[in-house]
Amino acid sequence: MMLKAADVAVGDQHAAVVANDLSRTQIVQYAGASGDYNPLHTDEPFAREVAGYPGVFAHGMLTMGLTGRMLTDWVGDGRLLEFGVRFTAQVWPGDTLTATGTIREIAERDGVPVAVIDLVTTNARGEAVVTGTATARLDA
Amino acid sequence: MSAERFPVEAGNVLAFARAIGDDNPVYRDPEYAAASEVAGLIAPPTFTIASAQWDPDYPLRPKPGQPWYGSGASTGTMPAGGGGLHAEQHFTYHRPVRVGDVLSASTRPGSTWEKTGRSGRLVFNERITEFRDASGDLVVTARSVGVQRQPLAEGNS
Repeated sequence: MMLKAADVAVGDQHAAVVANDLSRTQIVQYAGASGDYNPLHTDEPFAREVAGYPGVFAHGMLTMGLTGRMLTDWVGDGRLLEFGVRFTAQVWPGDTLTATGTIREIAERDGVPVAVIDLVTTNARGEAVVTGTATARLDA
Repeated sequence: MSAERFPVEAGNVLAFARAIGDDNPVYRDPEYAAASEVAGLIAPPTFTIASAQWDPDYPLRPKPGQPWYGSGASTGTMPAGGGGLHAEQHFTYHRPVRVGDVLSASTRPGSTWEKTGRSGRLVFNERITEFRDASGDLVVTARSVGVQRQPLAEGNS
């Protein structure tokens, strides 16, 4: 899918459930694929007894990757110019996450139309776990 | 995160896309990808984080012959300076990362700042990583912010 400048407007939204009952196995899968084996994410006894957390939690970058999936499914492949986030709350096994993008601005950059998109990913309790922005190239 | 050589391999891109639950064929199906707008297999937008696999000194991976700090027979121990968290991550894309690219990753420190909250002092450290292709052209610029919580000093200081 590719977005055309003429087909989008400020305020347009796209949302997707990007994790449904997040599993510890998916967190481990992400550890293996990314190379980040931090035991805070992969090792329950360590996370609980050494680090003092209720248990393991997801890598921030897993949540950013899940958020990116909503984004690329919306704006198309190879169209991102910028993608940046803050990690605002931890993501736990069992969480269900919804990523939402909202077009804040349609602008032109180097003669190319772009959409500036506000991002928020929330858990089932309505807490934001990731907030951010992205800029994507649009078709003229 | 520094790596002299970070080959973007089809198998790692496939595994990474699976880990983020992304079934987009542009990350795994060469025929589909070749016929698509990007004209070939590409990597998901956060994939460059996997350059950790090619960083010989990356600390968050067990290494042969070296003790690992996570649990085994015991619960493990927190290493000095351990327990930091990822506060922010920003990517600027100069072009898509393609399967077959051989990138280099070079990291330099950015700003450092602090915030004091009720639970203690938070120290933020920024690092900037440039990913360049074999011709030396910039492909992705990544800015990462880590945060470390430090307990408030005893007494008034």
